[in-house]
Amino acid sequence: MQQGHQTWVFNNRPVIASTAAVVGPFEGRGPLANDFDLIHGDSTLNQESWEKAEKVLFEDAAQLAIEQAGLLKEQIDFFIGGDLMNQIISTSYAARTLSIPYLGVFGACSTSMESLALAAYLVNTRGGKNVLAGTCSHNSTAEKQFRYPTEYGSQKPPYAQYTVTGAGAAVVSSKGKGPVITSATMGRVIDMGIKDPFNMGAAMAPAAVDTITAHFRDLRIGPEEYDMIVTGDLAQVGHGLARDLFEKHGIPIHKTDFQDCGMMIYDYNTQMVQAGGSGCACSAVVTYGHLMKRMNRGEIRKLLVVATGALMSPLAMQQGESIPAIAHAVSIHYDDETMKGG
Amino acid sequence: MANNKLKKLTPVQQEYQRMALAKQPKRKTLRNVLRAFLTGGLICVLGQAITNAFVHWGGMDKVKAGNPTVAVLILISVILTSLGLYDKIGQWAGAGSAVPVTGFANSMASAAIEHRSEGLVLGTGANMFELAGSVIVFGTVAAFIIGNIHMVIKLAMGGG
Repeated sequence: MQQGHQTWVFNNRPVIASTAAVVGPFEGRGPLANDFDLIHGDSTLNQESWEKAEKVLFEDAAQLAIEQAGLLKEQIDFFIGGDLMNQIISTSYAARTLSIPYLGVFGACSTSMESLALAAYLVNTRGGKNVLAGTCSHNSTAEKQFRYPTEYGSQKPPYAQYTVTGAGAAVVSSKGKGPVITSATMGRVIDMGIKDPFNMGAAMAPAAVDTITAHFRDLRIGPEEYDMIVTGDLAQVGHGLARDLFEKHGIPIHKTDFQDCGMMIYDYNTQMVQAGGSGCACSAVVTYGHLMKRMNRGEIRKLLVVATGALMSPLAMQQGESIPAIAHAVSIHYDDETMKGG
Repeated sequence: MANNKLKKLTPVQQEYQRMALAKQPKRKTLRNVLRAFLTGGLICVLGQAITNAFVHWGGMDKVKAGNPTVAVLILISVILTSLGLYDKIGQWAGAGSAVPVTGFANSMASAAIEHRSEGLVLGTGANMFELAGSVIVFGTVAAFIIGNIHMVIKLAMGGG
């Protein structure tokens, strides 16, 4: 089970039985539109508030994931999830609708992989047969809580990031058809003293590098082990910094396809997103939508998803604190046996 | 200043800060200044046109036309904010659309719209001045200080 300092190895092969990615209209105009299960045409989702809209996004993703696993809600033993809102309300209210035994977690934008790792852990140790993991974010709720009112006309710096509107969910099962979660590395909180809340990529890059390095160390492997290593939402600035840090520490990251979800979800030429995407849903919808589809087609056989989170609050920022960051890594493999169902 | 900020950090953090700063894309100052000049100027031209209209057709003098001009500009800004356009103008124009009275109206209208979901009293009413509040507070404080200085100078000059 535990290997090295911070890695779990899952010997009982928990399977990702299904995934679902639900997004808003802006993401639906991006390059990955065809890989999302549901694209909402209106970012309010016909709800009275942005917060309620975010909750509905999560409900949609959860229900779709359960359906696509060929299961009923009653067959899901536990639901692990979280989001960016204060007191993780979007997830908790979605859990009220789902009425599945619920564990709320908070890892900011690293929640996607934190919840997936915990779900795999539960299934691996026979703590549950089917566990639902997921997360969500909404551009307008994030703007409202962390920045300025959505309609306020301030100019964002070129290194700012655009919070993804969407939700992603996955059903992890002890048996079934799908890719296998082989290991997960839980990250430490890393704070390099970045204080600009618009510069989240720079704040999170060292955390991503720390977790990926720990993953290699604990499992005694290198980047060449993976077809693709993808970070959550470092975007252009953070991704460049992560590459520099790897180079500085002598880790040959060029031996794998090193990507970032925040740089994949939008079209830089036609969409005004500054450095790229961010938010809990960023890594969730890119992984559960785009990357899982590619894995199911066999295009990617070994994937390491490293979701990155900036664990800050506006209050702490105003009091002069710097941004603590975290990253959690989950290793997902295409397994010939489980892909056929077994 | 920059060195002072770095003092409390460990050497590793300091090194990373330098790395991050080097990678951070810079704001395009010259482009921003030009855009702000254009947009701010255009808003002023619009204001002048409205004033002239009030003078020409409204039968007001230039001083009297001031208040209704500001009211019309505020109305235009609030409508653009409600339509979800002012924030897009703001991203393009920067200070050009933030500094004039339209920017002030936008800061209030956007906060009022944003918090409508929390109710009229505790939402819109309590949060309307979320951004504009400090402008008013420090505007009043500054006016008070300048007023006092003005009074002292006037007395010292022996004026009455």
